[in-house]
Amino acid sequence: MSSDIGAIREVREEVLLDVAKTRLDFPALHQKVNGKPLVYLDNAASSQKPQAMIDAMVQVYSRDYANIHRGVHELSQRATKAYEDARLKAQRFLNASSDREVVFVRGTTEAINLVAQSYGRANLGAGDEVLVTTMEHHSNIVPWQLLCEATGATLKVAPINDRGELELDVVEKMISSQTKLLAVCHISNALGTVNPVKQITALAHGKGAVVLVDGAQAAPHMTIDVQDLDVDFYAISGHKMFGPSGVGVLYVRESILEVMPPWEGGGDMIASVSFEKTTYNRLPYRFEAGTPNIAGVIGLSASLDYLEGVSLNAISAYEAELLAYGTEVIKRVPGLRLIGEATNKASVLSFVLDDIHPHDIGTILDQEGIAIRTGHHCAQPVMDRFNVPATARASIALYNNKQDLDRLVVGLNHVRKIFG
Amino acid sequence: MDNFRELYQEVILDHSKQPRNFHALQNATHEAKGHNPLCGDRLTLYLIMSDDLIQDVAFEGAGCAISTASASMLTEALKGKTVLEAETIFYAFHDQVTGKGTRDESSRLGKLAVFVGVRDYPVRVKCATLAWHTLRAALKQETEAISTE
Repeated sequence: MSSDIGAIREVREEVLLDVAKTRLDFPALHQKVNGKPLVYLDNAASSQKPQAMIDAMVQVYSRDYANIHRGVHELSQRATKAYEDARLKAQRFLNASSDREVVFVRGTTEAINLVAQSYGRANLGAGDEVLVTTMEHHSNIVPWQLLCEATGATLKVAPINDRGELELDVVEKMISSQTKLLAVCHISNALGTVNPVKQITALAHGKGAVVLVDGAQAAPHMTIDVQDLDVDFYAISGHKMFGPSGVGVLYVRESILEVMPPWEGGGDMIASVSFEKTTYNRLPYRFEAGTPNIAGVIGLSASLDYLEGVSLNAISAYEAELLAYGTEVIKRVPGLRLIGEATNKASVLSFVLDDIHPHDIGTILDQEGIAIRTGHHCAQPVMDRFNVPATARASIALYNNKQDLDRLVVGLNHVRKIFG
Repeated sequence: MDNFRELYQEVILDHSKQPRNFHALQNATHEAKGHNPLCGDRLTLYLIMSDDLIQDVAFEGAGCAISTASASMLTEALKGKTVLEAETIFYAFHDQVTGKGTRDESSRLGKLAVFVGVRDYPVRVKCATLAWHTLRAALKQETEAISTE
């Protein structure tokens, strides 16, 4: 199948990453869909799961489950240890300086809402500005709109160029002394653009603004170092990084988290409660009210182990070659236009094909066993920017290979034959 | 035959590539807008009514093959029909694409029976019904754009 495409680019599968072996770790990949072997290219929406992660969740529910942080009995101690070990792993994964900076949440969306409602309401008022970018996911737009409505602050939007990139000089001009918070994605889910977070953060800090990074798309693809980036908030979702859904991590710089007011009240986030006065628990428990997603956190822990075992540097290097290969072969499909051609890009091939609607593309590809995403990808301002109602999006992960992208190209040519 | 041929029948592909009655009606007596925010599909449906008779019907907009073909074939099916007849066709069509009616009953729909395959693609039902919900809004002279969500 690949020979007739005649690819120029090499993808050093064995050298950079043992993809054949990696694929064996993910049971869901080995099935037929509509009679064809599954090609899973919807990783930016959610990723498949390694057996080790699935086993960890079976293990906790089969043997080690109880509520955490309060039981004196054996099972509670086992569950507490596994839960707190996960925090240490998340700290290491993000290179946070302390486990007190690691808050478990439901996902990136909840993380951003937490920051908007706690930090935002305490620190922003009329006349202040929140700066986001055109390429944000709705989850990094709407929480700030809610905050602005509540506080009288103003939402500003940094534009992107035709390649789908931010331009640093434009961003710099948009950061003013009124800017109190800048929120930006590390990697755009709709375009694949990798943003220069470190430089943006330096610009924002220069004007006294704090920086939140939506790292949902970055976590499965690249090494993250919150100290090197110098960001104040960084949010990730378990389900996009081969972990369970319904769990994520919010990193907050300790000096900021220390003075943030509690967000949700309840059990576990308190030190003592009386009707006269409640005192709050220490960090980070003050921000984890109620019984958390215990099994989810423990599953996430296993996916962090998995990523550490494979190495994110190896994943980045391999995926860069695979994306370059995919970009080259997909551009040979007549009538195909890539949406998002940033110089620094990861994982995502977002495109339109002639005037064929993305949903028709998605349905035909599904019949070929190929899973992609179609629609606005929860990034309607990006669609408006490129003047398309929707795009088709193929997004790769560490278990994808050249054959997957070759099958995609064959499928797209089939789509053209039907609708051409 | 490939599975998807049940969905993308030749008649549907033909109407999606060359939609019929695909223009505005300047002297429309009724019109309504339909929007499917999930796909970005948008269409405007125009009617010229004489009492309760649909004298002319046309549409404009952009959408997927299923929604465009459905709108195109709606215009052909309804020209010259009364409001009551249009309502009857609406319910028969709706039952077919949502899988409530039996496949055998689809013969009552005439040419519109080609949409029976949509029932096997639940996420595409809204594509097929967008124009039909917009029709009902136009007949009721609702000014708010109707939305599938």
